[in-house]
Amino acid sequence: MNQQPIIIVKDLVKKFGSFVANDHLTFKVKRGEIFGFLGANGAGKTTAIRILCGLSFPTSGELSVAGYNVYTQREKIKQNIGYMSQKFSLYDDLTIFENIRFYAAIYGLSKKEIDRRTDILMKKLGLEEAKKKLIRDIPLGWKQKLAFSVAIIHDPKIVFLDEPTGGVDPITRRQFWDMIYEAARNGITVFVTTHYMDEAEYCDRVSIMVDGRIAALDTPVALREKYHAKNMNEVFLQLARAQKTEVL
Amino acid sequence: MKNAVDVQNLSKNYGDTEALKEISFSVGKGELFGFIGPDGAGKTTLFRILATLLLADSGAATVEGYEVVKDYKKIRQIIGYMPGRFSLYQDLTVEENLRFFATIFGTTIEENYELIKEIYSQIEPFKTRKAGQLSGGMKQKLALSCALIHKPEVLFLDEPTTGVDAVSRQEFWEMLKRLKTMGITIVVSTPYMDEAALCDRVALIQDGSIMQISTPYEVVEAYPMGLFSVTSTDIYQLLHDLQKLPQAHSVFAFGQAAHLSYKKENVTASEVIRFLKETGHEDVHVEEIKPTIEDCFMELMQGSEQANERTSGRADK
Amino acid sequence: MKRFRGFVVKEFLHIFRDYRTLLILFGMPVIQLILFGFVITNEIKDARFAVLDLSKDETTRQITEKLTSSGYFRLDRNLNTYNEIEEAFREGEIQLVVVYEPDFARRLERDHVANVQLIGDASDPNTANILVNYASGILTNYLLSMNAEVIPMKIVPETRMMYNQELKGVFMFVPGLMAMLLMLISALMTSLSITREKELGTMELLLASPLRPMQIVVGKVFPYVFLAFINACIIILLGWAVFGVPVRGSVGLLLFESFLFISMALSLGILISCVTNSQQLAMMISLVALMLPTILLSGFIFPVENMPMVLQWLCHIMPPMYFITAIKSIMLKGNGLFFIWKETLILIGFTLFFILMSVKKFKIRLS
Repeated sequence: MNQQPIIIVKDLVKKFGSFVANDHLTFKVKRGEIFGFLGANGAGKTTAIRILCGLSFPTSGELSVAGYNVYTQREKIKQNIGYMSQKFSLYDDLTIFENIRFYAAIYGLSKKEIDRRTDILMKKLGLEEAKKKLIRDIPLGWKQKLAFSVAIIHDPKIVFLDEPTGGVDPITRRQFWDMIYEAARNGITVFVTTHYMDEAEYCDRVSIMVDGRIAALDTPVALREKYHAKNMNEVFLQLARAQKTEVL
Repeated sequence: MKNAVDVQNLSKNYGDTEALKEISFSVGKGELFGFIGPDGAGKTTLFRILATLLLADSGAATVEGYEVVKDYKKIRQIIGYMPGRFSLYQDLTVEENLRFFATIFGTTIEENYELIKEIYSQIEPFKTRKAGQLSGGMKQKLALSCALIHKPEVLFLDEPTTGVDAVSRQEFWEMLKRLKTMGITIVVSTPYMDEAALCDRVALIQDGSIMQISTPYEVVEAYPMGLFSVTSTDIYQLLHDLQKLPQAHSVFAFGQAAHLSYKKENVTASEVIRFLKETGHEDVHVEEIKPTIEDCFMELMQGSEQANERTSGRADK
Repeated sequence: MKRFRGFVVKEFLHIFRDYRTLLILFGMPVIQLILFGFVITNEIKDARFAVLDLSKDETTRQITEKLTSSGYFRLDRNLNTYNEIEEAFREGEIQLVVVYEPDFARRLERDHVANVQLIGDASDPNTANILVNYASGILTNYLLSMNAEVIPMKIVPETRMMYNQELKGVFMFVPGLMAMLLMLISALMTSLSITREKELGTMELLLASPLRPMQIVVGKVFPYVFLAFINACIIILLGWAVFGVPVRGSVGLLLFESFLFISMALSLGILISCVTNSQQLAMMISLVALMLPTILLSGFIFPVENMPMVLQWLCHIMPPMYFITAIKSIMLKGNGLFFIWKETLILIGFTLFFILMSVKKFKIRLS
């Protein structure tokens, strides 16, 4: 296995006017790792993810994603990553089948390859019967699982998941995480944000952002020990609260 | 004593989808009552019916003794309602929003300031800022202030903590606790299982049906299975292997551990350890634990799914 | 009442905070009026025309002089035969040819009928139409000044020009523009502002409050009555100050008709927002179903009389036509209510109909 980190971020700064959204972020994500990216609302997570996905430029800093430079090789990056968010992922007015084909096609897969992968996916999710159903008619749990599968249909090196499990029932959430584990086993690096603190414990490593900076970064076990906390929720509360009192 | 909310056999369909299936429950005066369940369980439909915004297909519901269909005008005077989506005027400032909601309920900020003081004082420094520019936690505080400004007798809060970070969520629940001491009945819904413990009583809701109503303590007590928390070096493999254990009833991941439920007296910790060692796991720990609400919810879900399968024979899958 | 006032205050805050829309609302009448006005008046300044005078008498000479001295026409050349007409047009500089029949003056005196042919260049039908209308207006004028009795002359009859003796095109546009802008502000803006609340989810809060539906609707409408009224005044004032468009009839009556039309458009806007849930849809309906007919099927740009029958019927079920007819009558002819009671009644009818429909459609609950 290649030990070169898949994401390297060094001194990432992003400013909007005088507001510093990302304040000298530095971290690395290993290949095949499940990396949890946590933080309070407005801590700067979304800004950072947008930059890593090649959707916006950083103000300064050295960044490489999947081996490509975020300043000069954004198209390459986009070709090598997958993205899924709770808010938008699939077209409601297209069928399951049409959605899969659409996403496969925009990543430039050949027609034969699209057919093959679509088949595999339908079988895996047990959706063969339902492939003509419109997305808006299927339950949220299916939708999220399907969205994830579609996000990795082109075998990306990294998949970014922005609150993928919001509002999903607890059993489906676990099935979803099962899929994440499987993807990671197949060598896809998973970069995930969530508000469910118990989900943070499913990650290999977790970073917690507070006010534009990374306040902590380690394995969940190490973080719990360091902050003498029962669970990640307590770790998070301690870090976020500490920052808050400092500001006030 | 009269109940704050009484619901009898309430049903609501949207086309073929049954959003609510014959739901019945009641909420006592001054109670903090939680609806716990995922999106699509029917929480929003229920809240809208209680807030007189939707008509049920069948069944009856009263709020403070008023009938939701006939006496909707009365109910609109005495409830505070906070919809799931942030719904304040983004182009108005914090203060303008609050003042507007005060006037349409025929009151003023000053008149009921005491009630919202603790919450509003936290955002008051930003009162000239437009609501659209507030952070998630502050928006939520403003929305709560607006729902409270007319001193409602019953508060309906539909998923107030969804998409809000853990810190703001905790603060929010602390505010609800304080409101409760002022005698306001609070009905709240949430998809976060861990918030169930903060309510007086909870209804676990899934697919339009209430699976259980009781205190959080009783929910946990009623868990019919034994439960082990199991850890080893490879959680992914652990989950898969535990499912092969013949006595296993269910296996779910909980953070870095697997929760293994079993029919009581069926299996011992040492048996589980032995089984895992045999399948090649190292550093195995097995610990008897009390279930969380989430364990209970999943157990109930599985039970009702099996019941569904038996009755409907399952068309797909 | 206090609740209602609070609601109206909020609506005004929305409006004033959205200064871009506000700028468009008040900038638009000014820009449109000036643009239309100048385009129209420029079009017919110094239009070149040719004369084929087969009579060559004092009367024809005087009429030609009238044409040239009007400021709209410039005599380019005199023609001698019919054959030269086509050639003159083909060169492209002549826009109108006037042909007097032989013995023009004598026939006029003896038979009280004389023929003038006005030939326009129909490759640009709009301009041709305007020029022919203007020229015939000048002819009529001349005849009127010559003799107190009406002497029939066989020319293209164009009653529209009769009361517009100074022949300023912009006159035609002021009533039309007013109808368009009032329709836009009233119907489009209210339907947008109500559907916006539905989209944002704030309608849910309003419905769950003790506000009565009537208070919500009237509260929404109130600021726009005000804005639309100001706009109507701006258009009238501007027309008068810049282009000298007169208000010959009663100003009060004119404002009353405007108010009526605004109410009609507002109730239509409410109706639209009652049956739609998104701003996008409300906008589409307002633009396609309201703006286009207001511009095309109201006599604003194309005269109703010249349309095919089917379109004429369509015009008659569009409120703007009645409004335009009514205010033209007040502004240009100086008529009183006696002459426009029919239009007024029809507008009142439309307003009541739309209000009734909206009240029926407005839901006290979601969905």
